[in-house]
Amino acid sequence: MLQERIALTGNEAMALAMKQINPDVVAAYPITPQTEIVQLFSSYVANGMVKTEFITVESEHSAMSAVVGAAASGVRAMTATSSQGLAYMFEVLYIAASNQLPIVMPVVNRALSGPINIHGDHSDTMGARDAGWIQLYSENTQEAYDNLIQAIRIAEHSDVQLPVMVCMDGFIISHALENLEILADEDVQQFIGEFIPHRPTLLNLDSPVTVGPLALYDYYMEIKRAQAEAMMRAKPVIRQVGQEYKALTGRCYDLLEPYKLDDADIAIVVLSSTAGTTRVVVDELRQEGVKAGVLKPRVFRPFPYEEIREVLAPVKAIAILDRADSYAGFGGPLFKEIRAALYDAPARPPVVNYIYGLGGRDANLNDIRAVYRDLDKIAATGWTDQLVRYLGVREEAIVHA
Amino acid sequence: MSVKELVERYCRTSKLPHIWCPGCGNGIIMGAVMRALDKADIDQDKTVIVSGIGCSSRAPGYMNFDTLHTTHGRALAYATGVKMANPDLNVVVLTGDGDCSAIGGNHLIHAARRNINLTVVVFNNSIYGMTGGQYSPLTPTHSYATTAPYGSIDRNFDLCKLVQAAGGTYVARGTTYHTRQLVDQIVAGLGHNGFSFIEVITQCPMYFGRKNKFPSAVDMLKWQQEHAVPVKAAAKMTSEQLAGKFLIGELYHEEAPEYTAVYEKEVIAKARGEVK
Ligand SMILES: Cc1ncc(C[n+]2csc(CCOP(=O)(O)OP(=O)(O)O)c2C)c(N)n1
Repeated sequence: MLQERIALTGNEAMALAMKQINPDVVAAYPITPQTEIVQLFSSYVANGMVKTEFITVESEHSAMSAVVGAAASGVRAMTATSSQGLAYMFEVLYIAASNQLPIVMPVVNRALSGPINIHGDHSDTMGARDAGWIQLYSENTQEAYDNLIQAIRIAEHSDVQLPVMVCMDGFIISHALENLEILADEDVQQFIGEFIPHRPTLLNLDSPVTVGPLALYDYYMEIKRAQAEAMMRAKPVIRQVGQEYKALTGRCYDLLEPYKLDDADIAIVVLSSTAGTTRVVVDELRQEGVKAGVLKPRVFRPFPYEEIREVLAPVKAIAILDRADSYAGFGGPLFKEIRAALYDAPARPPVVNYIYGLGGRDANLNDIRAVYRDLDKIAATGWTDQLVRYLGVREEAIVHA
Repeated sequence: MSVKELVERYCRTSKLPHIWCPGCGNGIIMGAVMRALDKADIDQDKTVIVSGIGCSSRAPGYMNFDTLHTTHGRALAYATGVKMANPDLNVVVLTGDGDCSAIGGNHLIHAARRNINLTVVVFNNSIYGMTGGQYSPLTPTHSYATTAPYGSIDRNFDLCKLVQAAGGTYVARGTTYHTRQLVDQIVAGLGHNGFSFIEVITQCPMYFGRKNKFPSAVDMLKWQQEHAVPVKAAAKMTSEQLAGKFLIGELYHEEAPEYTAVYEKEVIAKARGEVK
């Protein structure tokens, strides 16, 4: 397998992957920090480098609606967005999922308003976590590129047929230049294969269908249950696609990415780019003889609770870092679900939560070191009186009502 | 009033300097709005300025009034809420061409239809400025944009016609070149009891200008000077003479029942049993 090594920003890498995927329809509306992806893509369209129909719609609500329309008629359709754009798509996200349309969408994570903020956090995609979309989180430019290509196979798999969001951190990854290995166009095409609709589509004269009819208390629950099952079936498919991708590229993709977790006493669980920062601290601590580890979930939906329980159960104290808050809903979304997953662990380890990095607030090495220091204490006593904490907040700058 | 006096009286000076690029017309429009508010003798403490999202929508952040910076496209919906809650307030909406005619187009036609007493100033730079120069519903056909490297094929709105057709009762168009007239148009809009709409043709040298062969902001202002035709002059011109030009001045004016007044009279008073 011939792979080229080049330097690209996260957005450029996503745009390149989209070009190599060469979808039939892309509908898009600009929003920082995602804009560049669809803008670059529009130049590929204008220069005849892809066969895509490109629709410059007047809002994200229309973008997702147009993509749903295209996918329902049996073609490969994509869009991309961030933050307010994702929030504005919200209604249609559910339509895409309930109609089981294999749409793939890069989401460049950005804080939600207000206050208005353009920088990276996960409140946008975490807000959409129960919309019925598969969610893959990417640590760096390479993963963003690789995840987007794999997402096509996952979404379109006959056992799955669900939309997929491929998330990467706004600015930190979307605008940072990194080296990555890219595949040749033909290899991407061969990997993703021809688009085969596995469900009835519009415009099939031999078998006309209605997409999106009314289903009240008579059928609604069965449809929702089928959707949940498709999501559960996605787990083995994600792993299988990861293995095939590894055979092609040598790069490993699974549901989770543990680092030095096998014998760890203390561990941090964190999504996306902060995982890299955390690994640096783990290496330092290991030098000092501290048995620290990291778990980076790559997949948040479907939530790999069994796998997470298995790798985390032996750890003595665990900190979950959430780049999104749920405002006194007992910790961030990642925390809640992981803590619930550990309820059935033989010896329930203490699990604490840190809300961090909101609105692009830096999470630096010192912040991560402080978390491991806290964990050290918690592991020693097996107890803490403060389960949910905030990292890097200037307490003195908070205006209390 | 000198610029210094204007700024000291009507700007949040601690928020300056502004973020706009060199040559941008947004400052000219913001200045015109402040001069108009001054000229119309509007009470600064009874005025709310509402904006959406975009370069233009940053303006209220610099203005020393009660201001509401909202979400992309929704300024008119928020402003409608402000005005309905307190009809005594002067409510001014500052919005971009994308903000009010793409993502927020629906609110525009409905606010006009109701004839609610808002004064809307659209900063029409023919492009989505803040996100880096994608074409908007007001980008003239065949113009270039980052999303239209071979020229846009979309037809653009004539927003003034749209607003008039939707029910707006004061409609005017100005430019950042014709600043004195612009101030008067905004004054007239502020004085009009109904939905007032002022479209301002402005320059974005950074994204629209560079892509469309305007070497500088000055060239864009010259273009405005050469292509704008006052309504009165246009009446004496043939359609050939008017080809490629655009009209400036008061385009439409009508007195019609204003929404909050009608609401008070026909809904609230009836609900209270004050009238039958
Ligand atoms: C729901 C949503 N979609 C997209 C954006 C990104 N966005 C911010 S400003 C803007 C366009 C601004 O263009 P315009 O209204 O013409 O104002 P200008 O910046 O040119 O003054 C866009 C698309 C957003 N903030 N919210």
